[in-house]
Amino acid sequence: MSKRTARLETILDRNPRDPSSLITVLQDIQKEFRYLPVEVLSDAAQALNVPLSKIFSASTFYKAFSLTPRGETIIRICKGTACHIKGADLLLEQLESALNIRAGETSSDLKFTVEVVNCVGACAMAPVMMVNNKYHGHVRVDRAVRLAKKG
Amino acid sequence: MRIGTIDKLDKFRAKCERQFKAQKKKIIVCLGPGCLASGSDKILDEFKSVLKKKKIKGITVETVKKTGCHGFCACGPLVVIEPEGIFYAKVKKIHVKDIIEKTLLKGEIIEKLLYTDPHKKSKKYTDYRSIPFYKYQTRISLRNLGLIDPDEITDYIAAGGYAALAKALTKMKPQKIINEVSKSGLRGRGGGGFSTGRKWATCAKVDDEPRFVICNGDEGDPGAFMDRCIMEGDPHSILEGMIICAFAVGSHDGYIYVREEYPLAVVNLQRAIEAARELGLLGENILGTGFSYDIKIIRGAGAFVCGESSALMKSVAGEIGEPRAKYIRSVVKGVYDKPTVLNNVETFATVPVIIEKGSKWFASIGTEKSAGTKAFSLAGKVRNTGLIEVPMGMTLRDIIYKIGGGIEEDRQFKAVQTGGPSGGCLPEGKIDLPVDFDTLTKAGSMMGSGGMIVMDERTCMVELARYFLDFLVSESCGKCVPCREGLHQLLILCTKITRGKASENDLDLMEKLSKVIQVGSLCGLGQSGPNPFMSTVQYFRDEYLSHITDCKCPGRSCRALITYTINDKCNGCVACISVCPEKAITGEKKKLHVIDQDKCSQCGSCEVVCKYDAIDIT
Ligand SMILES: Cc1cc2nc3c(=O)[nH]c(=O)nc-3n(C[C@H](O)[C@H](O)[C@H](O)COP(=O)(O)O)c2cc1C
Ligand code: SF4
Ligand code: SF4
Ligand code: SF4
Ligand code: FES
Ligand code: FES
Repeated sequence: MSKRTARLETILDRNPRDPSSLITVLQDIQKEFRYLPVEVLSDAAQALNVPLSKIFSASTFYKAFSLTPRGETIIRICKGTACHIKGADLLLEQLESALNIRAGETSSDLKFTVEVVNCVGACAMAPVMMVNNKYHGHVRVDRAVRLAKKG
Repeated sequence: MRIGTIDKLDKFRAKCERQFKAQKKKIIVCLGPGCLASGSDKILDEFKSVLKKKKIKGITVETVKKTGCHGFCACGPLVVIEPEGIFYAKVKKIHVKDIIEKTLLKGEIIEKLLYTDPHKKSKKYTDYRSIPFYKYQTRISLRNLGLIDPDEITDYIAAGGYAALAKALTKMKPQKIINEVSKSGLRGRGGGGFSTGRKWATCAKVDDEPRFVICNGDEGDPGAFMDRCIMEGDPHSILEGMIICAFAVGSHDGYIYVREEYPLAVVNLQRAIEAARELGLLGENILGTGFSYDIKIIRGAGAFVCGESSALMKSVAGEIGEPRAKYIRSVVKGVYDKPTVLNNVETFATVPVIIEKGSKWFASIGTEKSAGTKAFSLAGKVRNTGLIEVPMGMTLRDIIYKIGGGIEEDRQFKAVQTGGPSGGCLPEGKIDLPVDFDTLTKAGSMMGSGGMIVMDERTCMVELARYFLDFLVSESCGKCVPCREGLHQLLILCTKITRGKASENDLDLMEKLSKVIQVGSLCGLGQSGPNPFMSTVQYFRDEYLSHITDCKCPGRSCRALITYTINDKCNGCVACISVCPEKAITGEKKKLHVIDQDKCSQCGSCEVVCKYDAIDIT
C-alpha cells in the first residue's frame, strides 16, 4: 500500500463507508493533504460508493475545498460587512501587490496562499485578517504585509 | 460519574455551587473572538505562569478563569476581577504583574487600565456593571457569557444549568413544554422570526419516525457573531435547549451544524457534548428518566446557502446543499425525509430559561408581538463594538448611542444595516423606530440573525448595495434562473453606477428586475437578495442620482469618482510612500509630497497612514 493510500485509509476508517460521509471525508482529506489530490479523490469515490463526478461537484460547490495545492502560509482577509466598510479591500490590495498573487491564488514557491473569507466572527475588531489560524484585529494597511510574512 | 436521578443532580449542583462560590476572587480573562484577536490567550498564560511562581494567600492558578466573549470587544483584551467587577480594558501582557501586585495584593485600582467615558473624558468606571454599555442590556441568551468557563460543565451547573432539563423531564409532559414555549411568544432568532412553539407542535404531530432536532450554527451573515460567541462561550445552554426540544417532540437524534470558519466552536461544543454524556445528561437514559437523545456535530464546508433549512438538511446528509421548493415543509420531511425541527443557536439557548422561569415571565419582556430579548453584534463605525442583548422594542437610537456610545470620531450617523444580506439599511429618519421583527420588516429592513452595522458619512450606500450583491452572486447556488442571472445583472448595473457610467434608465431597470427576483426565486437567498438594493434606493435615492447625473460619490468612497491629493499640511514624514501599492507618491523627507494622478489607483492606503490630515479626497 502506498503512503498516500494509507493516509486515506485512516481517514476512511473514522467514518462509515457510505455516501452520507462524503463531506466529512472530503474535509478530512483536505486537512490531511492541505488540498484535494485527484488520485486520492478517485480512491475515495470507490470506497464510499459515490460517482467521481459527484465528488467533483461537491468539491467545487463548497468553498472550503481546493483542488490545487495551497501554500504553507494561508492568509485570509475577511471581507464581511464590518471589515468591508473598515477598509478590507485595502489590505487585500497591499497583499496582492506585495506577494504578487491575486486572491485565491498560491505563490509559485508554494509559500503563500491568499484567500478572501466572508466574516470570521470577530467583526468588533474589523478589519480582521488571519494568518494560518491566528486572528489579527484592527489591522492597518501598513501592518498587513508584515503580519503575513511573519507567518 | 453518571448522575442517575434528579435528586442526585440537585446534590451535585449544590456541590458545584459551593465550589463556584468558594472561589471568591476571580481573575476573568476574556477568550472571545475579539479579545483573542488582540492576544488575550497570552495574557491568560502570563497570569498562570506568574501565579505558579508566586504564593499569594487565597489566590492560586485556579483563580484565573477563562470565559467566552464578555461583550465589550472594542475594549479588548479584557480582564475582570470579581467579586468587585473591576474592569480592565486593553490589557497587555506587561500589565499582568501590575494587576497581581497592586490590585490583587493591595486592593489598589490601576487607573490607567480602567474604562474612560469618551463623552465625559474624566469619568472612569470601576465596576463594569455601571458602564452604560452594560447598564442598558438585559441578558437572557447571553446570560452566562463572560461568567463561566465553557470547558467546565460544573460552572454551567453551578449557574443553574440543566435545572430546566430536570424540570422538563420530570414535571412536564411534552405537550406542556410545547404549550409553554408557544405561550412565551418566542420567535426563532435565526432570521424569519417564525413561532418556535408552533414549529415544535407541528413536528410533534407528524406521524412518522424517527424525528430529528437540529441546531443551525451556520451563522453565514457577514457581520454577525452572536451564535459563534454562544457556541464557544456557553455550549451547554444550546445542548440543554436541544434536549428539552427533543423530549417535547419525541426525537432521539440530532445534529449541530457549525460553519467551517468556526473551528473553536466545534472543539468547545464537542467537549461539552462529551462532558454532558459522561454525566448522563445526554445519550442513553438521561438522568435515569428513560428518555434518550444524542447529538452529533456536522461541520459546514463554506457555503452560505447551507444556512437555509432545506439546504442545511441536505448538507447534513452528505449531499450538495442546494435548497428545494418548500411545498412540503421540513418539519414534515426534513433530514433523510423525516420530520425535523431546525432552530437557531440563540433560540435553543433561550429555551432553558423559558422552561425555568415560565412563559409569563418571558412574554412580559419585549413587545407584544416580539417577546423577550435579542442579541446583536454591534459593529461598523460605532464606538462600542461588541456583543449585546437588549429587550425587543428598544429604539435603534438607544442601541447606537446609549449602548454603542455613538459614532466613531464624532462623525455624522448615516445609516444602520440590519439583517445581513437579506436585510436593509435604515436612515437617520428611522432611528427612533423600536427594534422588533415586524417594525423592521415594515421599514424595509429585517431583524435577520442580528448583525447590526453602523455607517457614517464616509460610507457610500450605492457601494454598500454593490457589496451585498457581489456577496450574494458568489453565494447563490445557481439552481434557479431569477436568482442566478437576476442578481448577476443587478450587480453589473450597480457596479456601473459606482463607476459613474450609468443612466437613470439603469436604475429603473434595477427596480423592475428586483421585483422579478423576489417573486421568482426558489429560496430565501434570492427572494430577499434585492433587499439591500431596494432599501438603499428607497432611502438614499439622492445618492444614487448623484453618482448617475453628477458622477459624484457623496460618501467619497467610489474609486472611479474621486481623486486623492496632498495638501500643505504635509510635513514630509514619508509614511505614505511605503504603503502606496502603485508607487504614485513622490517627495523628499520633510518636504511636501505629491501624487502622480496617472499612477494613483485611488486605493486610499495613503489616507489611512497619514497622521497629519494631509490627504484630500475630492
Ligand atoms: C440563504 C439563507 C441563509 C440562512 N442562514 C442561516 C444561518 O446562518 N443561521 C440560522 O440560524 N438561520 C439561517 N437561515 C434561516 C434558516 O433557514 C431557518 O429559518 C432558521 O435556522 C430556523 O431557526 P429559528 O426558527 O430558530 O430562527 C438562513 C436562511 C436563508 C434563506
Ligand atoms: S434562490 Fe438562489 S440560492 Fe436559492 S435555490 Fe435559487 S439559485 Fe439557489
Ligand atoms: S490612493 Fe492609493 S494609489 Fe493613490 S496615492 Fe494613495 S496609496 Fe497611492
Ligand atoms: S503621510 Fe501625510 S504627512 Fe506624511 S508624507 Fe504622506 S502626505 Fe505627507
Ligand atoms: S466582518 Fe470581518 S470578522 Fe466579521
Ligand atoms: S471577545 Fe472579549 S469582550 Fe468580546
